[in-house]
Amino acid sequence: MVVTGRKEAGKLLNQVAVRGLSKAYRRRILFKDISLIIPDRSVFVLLGPNGAGKTTFLRIICGLIPATSGQIEIIINGQVLSPREKRTQIGLVSPDLALYGELSAVENLEFFAEVRGIPFSLARARELLHFVGLQGREHDLLDTYSSGMKQRMKYACALLHQPHILILDEPTTNLDESGVALVDKIIKQQKQQGIVIIATNEPREVAYGDQTFTLA
Amino acid sequence: MEIRLLPWLRQSLAVLRKDLRIEFRTRYAYSALIMFAITTLVTVSFSVGGFVLDADITAALLWIILFFSAMAGLARTFVHEEETGTVTALKMAAQPEPVLIGKYLFNLTLLFSLAVLIVPLFLVMLNQTVLLPGALIAVILLGCLGLAGASTILAAIVAKAGAKSSLMTVLAFPVLLPLLFAAISATRVAFAGGLPQAIAADLLMLFFYDGIVVVASLLLFEYVWNE
Repeated sequence: MVVTGRKEAGKLLNQVAVRGLSKAYRRRILFKDISLIIPDRSVFVLLGPNGAGKTTFLRIICGLIPATSGQIEIIINGQVLSPREKRTQIGLVSPDLALYGELSAVENLEFFAEVRGIPFSLARARELLHFVGLQGREHDLLDTYSSGMKQRMKYACALLHQPHILILDEPTTNLDESGVALVDKIIKQQKQQGIVIIATNEPREVAYGDQTFTLA
Repeated sequence: MEIRLLPWLRQSLAVLRKDLRIEFRTRYAYSALIMFAITTLVTVSFSVGGFVLDADITAALLWIILFFSAMAGLARTFVHEEETGTVTALKMAAQPEPVLIGKYLFNLTLLFSLAVLIVPLFLVMLNQTVLLPGALIAVILLGCLGLAGASTILAAIVAKAGAKSSLMTVLAFPVLLPLLFAAISATRVAFAGGLPQAIAADLLMLFFYDGIVVVASLLLFEYVWNE
């Protein structure tokens, strides 16, 4: 495995290190003893058939569920992040994740900024919503959005706190051609400044990967 | 557990504001609370007819109405997050403690607004006199603090289970039993009158119960939330 990234005194400053990771539900083993390094400024693509454990793997990285054994270290500026710190550095877009349908796009962004403890401004919200192609619908409730628009909104929320690690589970689900182009742009931008981890089986998305790993 | 009070407070208020905004638009929890309370109150009132009940019985009836109303509505805060799938986004963005405090404040707001409406109605419909009104207000305040506190942490547990609505009442009953005993006893004294010492012990008991529930919830919640 080729490991690249910014180095200081022989150590990688930013990386995701997976060490001996296993996950089993009772007797059913999803994956066993996975060890890998995802270096900074790279795209890591996770492949595998349905039920292989791709989403579970991503959820373990996010700290949403525990691993059966092994560990995941997220190292930023040479420091191993605590479970609480991890989430401040991760942006997640996943079919499992839903936003508040009873709130507008701006209200969702305002809420997530406030609970993350980051400053919120209407200008920043408008800029983000314009970036993801939701301009003109800022004050509409998310319940009135199409599934593609909701997916775009997930990107706005995931990018709100400018995370170092962007985790995308089936990133182009429900998106039209312009949405797919948006994801392409986001992945390329994020790669310049951090890490992208994608779980997919779409050949077009696999092509983004600097590193791929297949779950059997 | 690192304690950062000011950021926690801001984030808790954000959770409270979000829940109030959603509740104002959907009336999801408050409808359940208010409908249950009014239905029960009317049923009790019709059953009693024109009789004036003993203070022991009316005090118990008042807390039975508040307890079951709370069980009907207060679990919604966490259950709704689980059912709509927003819990993942919330977990990714917020620290556990501000979520708990925000949800607690939300449940407290609902319960206080219910008590403000239901308690005067109850007193009128059951022809109940109150000899110590100040004491009654103190009992209702302390009782609601404890009821909301225990309901919030139990709602977080119940939200992850299957039979959510029935489980809430079953789990809450033993946890809330000390609170109910003290609240009913203090309410009886507030209705019928008595020596200050008679009510002081119950109020103190409610005060400590509330404190214990809040501290225990803060200690347990991270485990419940991340499980």
